[in-house]
Amino acid sequence: MRADLKIIEQWVQPKSNVLDVGCGDGTLLEHLQNNKQVKGYGLEISASNITSCINKGVNVLEQNLDAKGLSNFQSNRFDTVIMTQALQALRQPDVMLDEMLRLGKECIVTFPNFAYWRTRFYLMRKGRMPISEALPYTWYNTPNIHLCTFKDFEALCVQKNIHILDRTVVDREHQDRWFIHMWPNMLGEIAIYRITR
Amino acid sequence: MPETLPIDSVGLVTPQTIHFDQPLTLQCGKVLPEYDLIYETYGQLNSDASNAVLICHALSGHHHAAGFHSMDEKKPGWWDSCIGPGKPIDTSRFFVVSLNNLGGCHGSTGPTSINPDTNAPYGPEFPVVTVKDWVVSQARLADKLGIQQWAAVIGGSLGGMQALQWSIDYPERINNAVIIASTPKLTAQNIAFNEVARKAITSDPSFHDGRYFEHDTIPKKGLMLARMVGHITYLSDAAMGEKFGRDMRNKAFKFGYDVEFEVESYLNYQGERFSENFDANTYLLMTRALDYFDPAKDYDGELKNALTKALCKFMVISFSTDWRFSPERSEILVDELIKADKHVSYTEIDAPHGHDAFLIPTPRYMDVFSAFMNRVAKECC
Repeated sequence: MRADLKIIEQWVQPKSNVLDVGCGDGTLLEHLQNNKQVKGYGLEISASNITSCINKGVNVLEQNLDAKGLSNFQSNRFDTVIMTQALQALRQPDVMLDEMLRLGKECIVTFPNFAYWRTRFYLMRKGRMPISEALPYTWYNTPNIHLCTFKDFEALCVQKNIHILDRTVVDREHQDRWFIHMWPNMLGEIAIYRITR
Repeated sequence: MPETLPIDSVGLVTPQTIHFDQPLTLQCGKVLPEYDLIYETYGQLNSDASNAVLICHALSGHHHAAGFHSMDEKKPGWWDSCIGPGKPIDTSRFFVVSLNNLGGCHGSTGPTSINPDTNAPYGPEFPVVTVKDWVVSQARLADKLGIQQWAAVIGGSLGGMQALQWSIDYPERINNAVIIASTPKLTAQNIAFNEVARKAITSDPSFHDGRYFEHDTIPKKGLMLARMVGHITYLSDAAMGEKFGRDMRNKAFKFGYDVEFEVESYLNYQGERFSENFDANTYLLMTRALDYFDPAKDYDGELKNALTKALCKFMVISFSTDWRFSPERSEILVDELIKADKHVSYTEIDAPHGHDAFLIPTPRYMDVFSAFMNRVAKECC
C-alpha cells in the first residue's frame, strides 16, 4: 500500500460513496472497499488497468476524461471524489476540479509539485525539462501537460473559492517528513489536498 | 472437420429437448398452450447449483453455442471462442446452458413447428414473442434444470438484451449480467435496417403471406437479401476492406451486373447459405423482438427506474468499430446503471471487426471477459 494512499484512506468515511477519477489498477478502491466498506466506481482509460480493476473486484468504467469529462454523473452523487496523480495529465484541470466538486461533497487531489527543489535544480543546472522518478518523461512524450506547483494550485483554489480542508506534502516515497512542512513548495515532492466547496 | 477435438473444446455435445405443458401467456396476449425448448449444456452443475451460466443467443443464433455435434461437423458452436476449458466462460468451473429461443427454427417451438390446434405448421400464425417472453421461458427452463439462481446471464447483441431483461424481471435469480455489444433499445436506424430485411422477405413472391410451406416453397431470395443487408451492418468498413478490398474474381471489368467483386461473391454465398438454414417467419419474429425491446417503456420511459429493482452486478462491453450497436449505445445503459446506483463495469474494446467482434477472441476482450468471469466464479461457485 502506497503511503499516499494510506493518507487518503484516513480522509474517507466508512461505507461512503466514492468516485476514483483515474483509478489506475484499482489498488486504492480495492483497499477502501475491503477496509472501509465503501461503494463506488473507478474511472480509467488504460486497457490493462481496467482488467486489473476487474480482477480486484472494483467497479471500473472506461472513460476518456478529456472527451467526456464527468458529465455522466449527477451532482452531489458521491461523498468523496478522489484523483491521484492525474490532474496534471488532463486537458482542462481547472474544469475537472469544478466537476469533481460538483459530484462530491469532498475531493482529494494529489499531484507532483513542479517547484520541488530537485526539479528546480535540474532545470537551473541543465537548462532542460526535468526528468525524475515522479516525472519520468521527456517533454515531447509526457502525459503531464499541465504541471503546477503547490502555490499555483492554492492560487487556483483561492480564485475558485475552493476551501482547503487538509493539506499534506510528502516525498517521493510518499513519506511525510517533518522538515518538508517548513518549506512545502520547495521541499515537498507530491501534494495531497482535501478540498470542498 | 476436426480430426481430434481441440484441447480447449467442450468436445462432443448432444442437444436436449424439454417439453412444457404449462401454457405460456405472451406479452402480445396470445397463449402458447404447450411448447418445446431445445438446449445444450457444457460442464457440470455443482451440488448447490451455484455455478450455472445462461447463454442467450442473438438474432440468428440457437442452442449450439460450443463444441461439436459430431466429428463430421465443420465448425463448432457459434460462441466456441468464449466457452470451454480455460476460456472466459470456463466449463471446468461453470455449468453452461444455451438454448434456442421460442420462435426459433432450430428445435424450439416456433413458426416451423406443428400447431396442436390445427396439426399444421404455425407459419405466420405463430405469435410475436418478445425479449420479456423469452426470459419467462428461460426461467421455466431454469426451474426444470434445478437452477434457482444463475451465476451469470450472458449475451451479445440481442442476447445482451435478454441478460438485461433478466436483471429487471428476476432480480433474485441472477447474480451477474454480462451485456456485450448490445443496447437498451434500438435506434431508428436499427429499426430501419430491420424493416429493409423484413420487406425483402415479405416482398418475395414465394413468401405467400408467410404460408410458403403450403405452397411447397420458401422465400429464398428474400431471406438471402435480408441476410446480405444484415451482414453488411455486422461488419465494419475496415474489416470488409481488409478481407476483400476491391479484389475482383477476374482481372478485367466485364461491364455487366454479374458478381465481379469478391465482396459480392462473399455476400451472395453468406446469403445463400443462410437462406437454406433459416426460417423466414422466424427472421421476421426475431427482428420484431429486437425492435420492441425497450425495458424503460413500462417505467415512464426512464431506464433508471426500470433498473432500480436489479440486484446483480453488471459487466458491459462494447467494440470501437461496432456501428450497429455502437459504444455510445452501451454507454447510455451504463449511465443509467450508475444513476440507479448499481454495480457496473464498462469497457470499450478496440477491435476492427464491427458488431461481429463479440464473437471474435481478440486478446484484450478475452482478458477482460476472463477477469470478470473469474470474479463471478470466486463469488458464486
